[in-house]
Amino acid sequence: MPLILRSLCAAVMLCAATLAQAQSFDDLVPALPEGGFGERAQVVAQIAATGDDRAEAVLAALLEGDLHTLKSDGTVVIVTEVGRDDVATDPVTGADRGIVERRGSSKIRVNNSLRRVLRTAIGTLTLTHPDPNRRLEAADAAFKSADPDQFEILKTVLDGEQDRAVRTALSEALAVSALAGDAADESFKLAGIAILQSRGDQEAMAILRPIAEGDDPVLAPAAADAVTAMEQSQRLWGLAQNVWFGLSLGSVLLLAAIGLAITFGVMGVINMAHGELVMLGAYTTFAVQEAIRGSMPWLFDWSLLIAAPLAFLVAGGVGVAIERGCVRYLYGRPLETLLATWGISLILQQTVRSIFGPNNREVGNPSWMSGAFEIGQMTITYNRLWILIFSLAVFFVLLFVLKRTAIGLQMRAVTQNRPMAADMGIRTGWVDAMTFGLGAGIAGLAGVALSQIDNVSPNLGQSYIVDSFMIVVFGGAGSIWGTLAAAFSLGIANKFMEPWTGAVLAKILVLIFIILFIQKRPRGLFAVRGRAVDS
Amino acid sequence: MTTLGKALRGAGLATLFMSTTALAQDDTIKVGILHSLSGTMAISETTLKDAMLMLIEEQNKKGGVNGKMLEPVVVDPASDWPLFAEKARELIEGEEVDVVFGCWTSVSRKSVLPVFEELNSILFYPVQYEGEESQRNVFYTGAAPNQQAIPAVDYLMNEEGVERWVLAGTDYVYPRTTNKILEAYLLAKGVAPEDIEINYTPFGHSDWQTIVSDIKDFGSAGKKTAVVSTINGDANVPFYKELGNQGISAEDIPVVAFSVGEEELSGLDTEPLVGHLAAWNYFMSVDTPENDAFIDSWIEFIGDENRVTNDPMEAHYIGFNMWVKAAEEAGTTDADAVIAALPGTEVPNLTGGISVMLPNHHITKPVLVGEIQDDGQFDVVWETDGLVPGDAWSDFLPESAPLKSDWVELNCGNFNTETETCGGA
Repeated sequence: MPLILRSLCAAVMLCAATLAQAQSFDDLVPALPEGGFGERAQVVAQIAATGDDRAEAVLAALLEGDLHTLKSDGTVVIVTEVGRDDVATDPVTGADRGIVERRGSSKIRVNNSLRRVLRTAIGTLTLTHPDPNRRLEAADAAFKSADPDQFEILKTVLDGEQDRAVRTALSEALAVSALAGDAADESFKLAGIAILQSRGDQEAMAILRPIAEGDDPVLAPAAADAVTAMEQSQRLWGLAQNVWFGLSLGSVLLLAAIGLAITFGVMGVINMAHGELVMLGAYTTFAVQEAIRGSMPWLFDWSLLIAAPLAFLVAGGVGVAIERGCVRYLYGRPLETLLATWGISLILQQTVRSIFGPNNREVGNPSWMSGAFEIGQMTITYNRLWILIFSLAVFFVLLFVLKRTAIGLQMRAVTQNRPMAADMGIRTGWVDAMTFGLGAGIAGLAGVALSQIDNVSPNLGQSYIVDSFMIVVFGGAGSIWGTLAAAFSLGIANKFMEPWTGAVLAKILVLIFIILFIQKRPRGLFAVRGRAVDS
Repeated sequence: MTTLGKALRGAGLATLFMSTTALAQDDTIKVGILHSLSGTMAISETTLKDAMLMLIEEQNKKGGVNGKMLEPVVVDPASDWPLFAEKARELIEGEEVDVVFGCWTSVSRKSVLPVFEELNSILFYPVQYEGEESQRNVFYTGAAPNQQAIPAVDYLMNEEGVERWVLAGTDYVYPRTTNKILEAYLLAKGVAPEDIEINYTPFGHSDWQTIVSDIKDFGSAGKKTAVVSTINGDANVPFYKELGNQGISAEDIPVVAFSVGEEELSGLDTEPLVGHLAAWNYFMSVDTPENDAFIDSWIEFIGDENRVTNDPMEAHYIGFNMWVKAAEEAGTTDADAVIAALPGTEVPNLTGGISVMLPNHHITKPVLVGEIQDDGQFDVVWETDGLVPGDAWSDFLPESAPLKSDWVELNCGNFNTETETCGGA
């Protein structure tokens, strides 16, 4: 059967293929494992040139690292994961080669330059693919390859293309291809420069800059003008981008600090274990994701939503235990509280290290938190966007709890005047525990969000504790709005300084600024009366 | 099941040995292990402690050294640099160990140096470092800059055609010195100063948005751009996450890292990172019988088939075997005799070659450049023809170029070949 198929294929090839085609697809595939990356790139180009229907699958498998050679007989196979097994298929005949043992096959290696060749090759094969998304990918690959030889093909394909997005991408690719070679005339190239200018991004600039520095009497000035115009608009977008980075950093700071705004700000407890409560939230997320991966993989995209309430409960529970078991005996003795909670933080860290090990744990991003989208020349990553939304949501829910609920009223009453609140029949001890638990629970929520952008390791909390205190003190202990204002203003200030001063100096300058500010206004941005202020 | 049974029996036997030998102190040779088991560096160093325990256990199964069993003494310096010196003193003076395997960060090594010198003991240091040092009591089994950084840059220049360089590092001694050497090297190779950008970030930096977008910007000048990363430890995960999220693929701007190995990648989804590079002297994916055996015994020892091996573990493997061989050759584990016997000692490494201890207390190693794969492993895309001898003093820094280290003939770690004196410039 395979033999008949092979000869049939060969016959078809013979009829269809031109004589210039030196080797057939069937001969080229076995040649892939031979030689170095350079030889492999040539074989890839030849395979693409055959235009064979099976070529795309082979090249895609090679790109993904799924093309292997069997150690038993040295044949080239495509390996796919079926359940827990690796199954091999012959790319030429399509025959099933059965299950591959561990170390039974070796991967055909690719490196970055070969990957670029592969993307270009797959691009040329899929320029007329029925799926417009694939055509778009193909056009992008052609743009990146900047290959002058593709000029004619791209021109033909562009004429037949109907989809608007693909047409734009193709015309940009055509412009790059025209500028890279001599196939197009001058007016065509000038039009190409205009097309790239309207694209306006850094990749377009990367192509125009060398032309602007060249010595072509017509093209160089045109490209230079285009680059200047693009640089100007990029500067404006750069400002917007910095504001966005600042907001995003601010939202992370806000999340980390907002729990502390309650335990330290409202209650006046110097809680050095705050960072570890954040870490517990992150590890809860990890545990939830592990459970989901093990039993219900389809739930993965919901893992964070499931983890959030659990993290709140876990961290909140630990918080209540800390308050009842330790902190309540130390009210009014800030130094002892500091030392005791510092000790608790070390205990928590080492406990987590003993249970989960010292290594980083992998917390995956759900699909709706991966990648980025662009507004103009500004890149916004989804995970940062969702964290900003999440931190604001947590903030307003907390504000609502404090201002509009019975427990919130009791918390404020106890904070402002403990003996009076006790006389009114409020169980101050219980309120203390709940307040501390609320602050700790919010720290746990912060952990869920931070697990998406930072390491989940026992040291996670340490990196946030100083920043958190800084934000709460700067914003004014006890003021929730102050915490919000402090987080975002420090975030944005930091991000505007960073490009000029570097990350290290920016951080130092922010610290110096806060020290000076506290000299002038010891109670922070928004001063509030509270136990912390009285003592 | 049977192998598990065997392992259990083996472990039982080993503990039996240990408890009996602990009574008869004179019959054991004590080996100190000085790696942080808590604090920031625990993430990297705990693995090395386990690797050392495995090597010692295996050596004991072979009958120990000079007819005596080895007894590991583990202490925890808790990622606290001054504590390293105290713990080193405790090991050498209190426990009377004959050799110490330990340290990770350069600052911890610098902190223990005077202790080893004063008490005349031996330290094997297994991590790639910035060079510019050679001490009589220390044997450097990790890579010197010429065994990692320089070949990696050469690869990017020759194979990928890189013309513009971002040198990104964490702000401490290793990245600063390495970047100084690299900058001098790149300038000597004719790279224009405006094509080199250097930036430093604090330890544990987690907000990489600005820096990644700067790198993107720097890469849009129409010249092929690459990032050489000496970013250390935990800061790598958010850095790579940000690269992936902002859509910088290895085909556009490759990142070559000197501190990212299999262990660091195990906490990361590597799908968006495929193609980014690392330069080391060993990768877990290297296909040699020695490496397969090492991986198998490591997985059996640790009891978790998902655990990975990495470059510093191989350095300990080489260093430990060199020490065993030198001690057997000298017939004693006395520090002076072993120090004298070590230079010239040859042992097989895990990549199919034979590493030798040089008179400057560094070793010969192959240099491999690997690309990250979607399974968290590296594929070797390039390697040096033979083994590269470690150079203690970089030839690319004017102040260290005339210096030479030779503990065999000159008995000096920083001999100045211009003034012909020992003691540097």
